[in-house]
Amino acid sequence: MKVLFFILEKEFRQIFRNKAMLPIIFVIPVVQLMILSFAVDYEIKNLKLTVVDADRGVYSRKLTEKFTASGYFHLLEYTSDNEEAANLMHGWKTDVILVIPNGFDKDLMNDEVPLVQLRMDAVDGTKAGMAAGYSQAIIRDFIFELVGEEMISMNKQPEFLYKGEVIPINYYNPYMNYKVYMVPGILAILVTMVGAFLSSMNIVREKELGTIEQINVTPIARYQFILGKTIPFWVIGLFEFSIGLVVARLVFDIHVEGSLFVLYFFTSIYLFLILGFGLLISTVTATQQQAMFISWFFLVIFLLMGGLFTPVENMPDWAQKFTYVNPVRFFIEVLRGIMLKGAGFTDLLNQFMLISGYAILLIWFAVRRYKKVDN
Amino acid sequence: MKENISIEVSNLSKHYGKFKAVDEITFDVKKGEIFGFLGANGAGKSTAMKMLCGLLGPTSGEGTVAGFDIYKQSEQIKKNIGYMSQKFSLYNDLTVLENMIFYGGIYGLSRKYIKEKTTTLLKELGFDDKLGTMVSSLPLGWKQKISFTLAHIHNPAIVFLDEPTGGVDPVTRRDFWEMIYKAAEGGTTVFVTTHYMDEAEYCDRISMMVDGQIHGLGSPAELKKQFESTNMDEVFIKLARPNEKV
Repeated sequence: MKVLFFILEKEFRQIFRNKAMLPIIFVIPVVQLMILSFAVDYEIKNLKLTVVDADRGVYSRKLTEKFTASGYFHLLEYTSDNEEAANLMHGWKTDVILVIPNGFDKDLMNDEVPLVQLRMDAVDGTKAGMAAGYSQAIIRDFIFELVGEEMISMNKQPEFLYKGEVIPINYYNPYMNYKVYMVPGILAILVTMVGAFLSSMNIVREKELGTIEQINVTPIARYQFILGKTIPFWVIGLFEFSIGLVVARLVFDIHVEGSLFVLYFFTSIYLFLILGFGLLISTVTATQQQAMFISWFFLVIFLLMGGLFTPVENMPDWAQKFTYVNPVRFFIEVLRGIMLKGAGFTDLLNQFMLISGYAILLIWFAVRRYKKVDN
Repeated sequence: MKENISIEVSNLSKHYGKFKAVDEITFDVKKGEIFGFLGANGAGKSTAMKMLCGLLGPTSGEGTVAGFDIYKQSEQIKKNIGYMSQKFSLYNDLTVLENMIFYGGIYGLSRKYIKEKTTTLLKELGFDDKLGTMVSSLPLGWKQKISFTLAHIHNPAIVFLDEPTGGVDPVTRRDFWEMIYKAAEGGTTVFVTTHYMDEAEYCDRISMMVDGQIHGLGSPAELKKQFESTNMDEVFIKLARPNEKV
């Protein structure tokens, strides 16, 4: 134990004397969360809307305003000419056409369900789908408002709401805010990248400098050495994660629904996994450059197939099977589960088994691969 | 183990494929002796030394260091030896004292003891004001002296020095040899490789390595007599280049 303390003292000294370290610890998590969360944004804004208003009544205007006030739609043209609208779409000028028929106001007064038509330019299917979703939500809100104003009688509300359509209700992320979905995933990536890079560069650095030989000629135990190399980065990783959580709270207003204790428990184990991975790379490579390339090779695959950028369910069958050996996938699931759904330990038992299993395996391999005697 | 023998090696070999880096060397080193391990670059000196220190597994042969078997008890050996590598091996981003504390700590020494011992050793060198200096800012000669101090901070039975005076000026080299003498007087066995032939004269006994084999073994005087030479340079050339006329 005393020996371990001497190793830790030395490692921490070196880490904090390294001028590149402090920016890595403090700046990277903030920058990554900010840039990635805002940039990797699948929301579609500024959809160009053309309204064909054949009614020109009070409520048709209100509906139009509701669309433009949502922030998703930008009113391109307000017309009563159906033909003109069709030409605009044909010429790529408008994405969505909302047709409000003559008699819209009158139907509403009489508690009749008026029919409005939405036409999407579906060349970009995703865009059209998103636009349809936003429109549905806006119309639904509009109906609620009318009920509130007693424009529509209460007993007629279901008829208005469910007339021939399924209105989805979004749980956990009611406004389909992409950031809510992204931030826990980006936190997972942050912990993974910082942990893997720092640790994979570490032992190999001693090899490059030649100091490893001096260590190998001492009676140091292999596990002491590996632990001495792991624990500092484990502490730094948890610290990074905490900064990330604070940013998520302050900037994106994402509160942790579940228990902080469970969240940190999982992060602690996951960090051991990632550090074990990094140290294993460090023990099998001879230069920092090699270590960097090998870490990148694995990290790119892990991150892209982690379910952050493409949902795992969308992947082909073989790729889905591959994600079972991808620790990033499980950690993203864990973070989303705890942060957004308030999942408890028992909900994440499978992930716990896999993450701790891989952690033990990787650290064991790293200790095994670190040889004091060269053959 | 014989009472006064510190290192005993017989038929020790290290092969890399067909290349015999070390080819059946046999020798022994007495306690408290300064044993010079001489040879040209690539003769196999460092390889042999690494096998004795437990850094490299031998291909065949036998050996004991400080009474421990080099195959089975390499961790025991490591407790009883100090090693100064050919490559500079202090941490540049730590101070002199921090380096000492780290390595001393691994050997189980207490912080207080390390600090006192380091201060004493550096005082002898007139260097005790540099305890808190970052190693990176020291000149090479001093770094080498500090490395040597570090190699015997834990009072090992044997210190292995791999070309400790490579690249340092003649004055520092002489200082260095004074340090080696002092360590030997204190009972430490010194095993040193070099290719400076003038340094060979300072050793109690030397072995001359040529192409992985030991071609000459004895005190400097014995070797000069055996090879009918007036100095060690001639001995070396006769051994390393047997076909050349001196």
